[in-house]
Amino acid sequence: MNLIMQQLPIVIRSLNAGFVQTLKLFLVTLIGAVPLGLIISFGSMSRFKPLSAFTKTVVWIVRGTPLMIQLLIIYYFPGLVLGNAIWGGGESGRFMAAAVAFIFNYACYFSEIYRGGIQSVPVGQQEAGLVLGMTRTQIFFRVTLLQMIKRIVPPMSNEIITLVKDTSLARIIALQEVIWAGQAFMKGSQGISGAIWPLFFTAVYYLVFIGILTIVLGRLEQKLEYFQ
Amino acid sequence: MPILEAEHICKSFGNTEVLKDISFSLEKSEVLSIIGSSGSGKTTLLRCLNFLERPQGGVIRVNGETVFDAAETGTKNDAEIRKRRLHFGLVFQSFNLFPQYTALQNVMLAKELLAKEQPDYKARKKEIHDEIEAEAEQLLTDMGLADRMQNYPHQLSGGQCQRVAIARALALRPDILCFDEPTSALDPELTGEVLKVIRGLADQKMTMVIVTHEMAFARDVASQVIFMDDGYIVEQGTPEQVFGAPKEERTRQFLSRYTQG
Repeated sequence: MNLIMQQLPIVIRSLNAGFVQTLKLFLVTLIGAVPLGLIISFGSMSRFKPLSAFTKTVVWIVRGTPLMIQLLIIYYFPGLVLGNAIWGGGESGRFMAAAVAFIFNYACYFSEIYRGGIQSVPVGQQEAGLVLGMTRTQIFFRVTLLQMIKRIVPPMSNEIITLVKDTSLARIIALQEVIWAGQAFMKGSQGISGAIWPLFFTAVYYLVFIGILTIVLGRLEQKLEYFQ
Repeated sequence: MPILEAEHICKSFGNTEVLKDISFSLEKSEVLSIIGSSGSGKTTLLRCLNFLERPQGGVIRVNGETVFDAAETGTKNDAEIRKRRLHFGLVFQSFNLFPQYTALQNVMLAKELLAKEQPDYKARKKEIHDEIEAEAEQLLTDMGLADRMQNYPHQLSGGQCQRVAIARALALRPDILCFDEPTSALDPELTGEVLKVIRGLADQKMTMVIVTHEMAFARDVASQVIFMDDGYIVEQGTPEQVFGAPKEERTRQFLSRYTQG
């Protein structure tokens, strides 16, 4: 116990740095995947058959293979197979590759949630807009969008919570996120080695952050309760 | 000149012919009631007038101007169709109010979006907004909803919702206001308040096309009646003719079910 108390400040500093990287990956993924998912959902819903078939195939491949494999392919494929290491070396290169893999993967999941949300808005809403002389763009942004958002908050909350924990997969390309930071103390780092408790302790970071997210997303759900 | 002329309208969904050579005309300030059993094509006809369905054949004219001609092959651009459909207003059976907007916002929304297309919108923004708001408030007051303007649709009864929907359609000042079974989603107690509003509009000489199952109302409010069956117009004429002395056997059969019921 005494030993842990001595190690604690060093470990916390290191885990904090790792968690900053975790948070960065989480936020960048969210900012990228939320709009990209909408574009992909329009692709799947397109009346132009080749486009919708293509989009659905891409979504199938992305959802049908492990994110970990996608991370490895996106990070290593350009350098090892094409001979063009576009990501460069170092932590920033790893982060770029991870962000691309995560954004694309999550955008595909989001797109299916959006599609369900848009299609669950009654067709009468669109017809009402049309007979009132509104354009399709106006109908989407002024009528459909908010009703869709209200419907997708619960399933999106689920995905967002999963995303927080999935960022740990970036460990596979040695991105220095919080689990990487915890694991470092097993092999030996900053004079501490053979300690497994820092790795276990990383769970607390996830738990607290997801607790905060749950409250924020719950508030959003409440805010949208003003209409039915 | 009639305000509305429909000639030889034909519409099929796949192999099912829903409208078979429908022709009629309507003078300004007249009220046309369309009656008939479910599946007779009444609602489809109304949806064709409002450009929600595209007929395979026929011509629709408003004030002599051709707004739809199935023979024209070139696809109209959206802006042109939008302009033409504004001749018509449509009140739906299930109201289709926008749930995230208050009654007042529901009435104002489309008008505000249209106002943005005016060249002087930026300069007169506030003024235009106030005008639209004042008009919307007046319309809702006329509908007996002065104290309900700030309510959301889910806070209103069915009858109140339908009156908001009528105000919303009127806000764009359509030449012809169409009703698709406006009371079919309401319980009998609430039907009366909506019919009263429609009757009020008839008294103000609003040109209307009303698809309804309320036979007494159809007879009372209409200046013309069309009875449809299986996609055809079986009989048309004044309410006295169609209800009082129907010529066709099919019309008699249909009406007898209502008078006995």
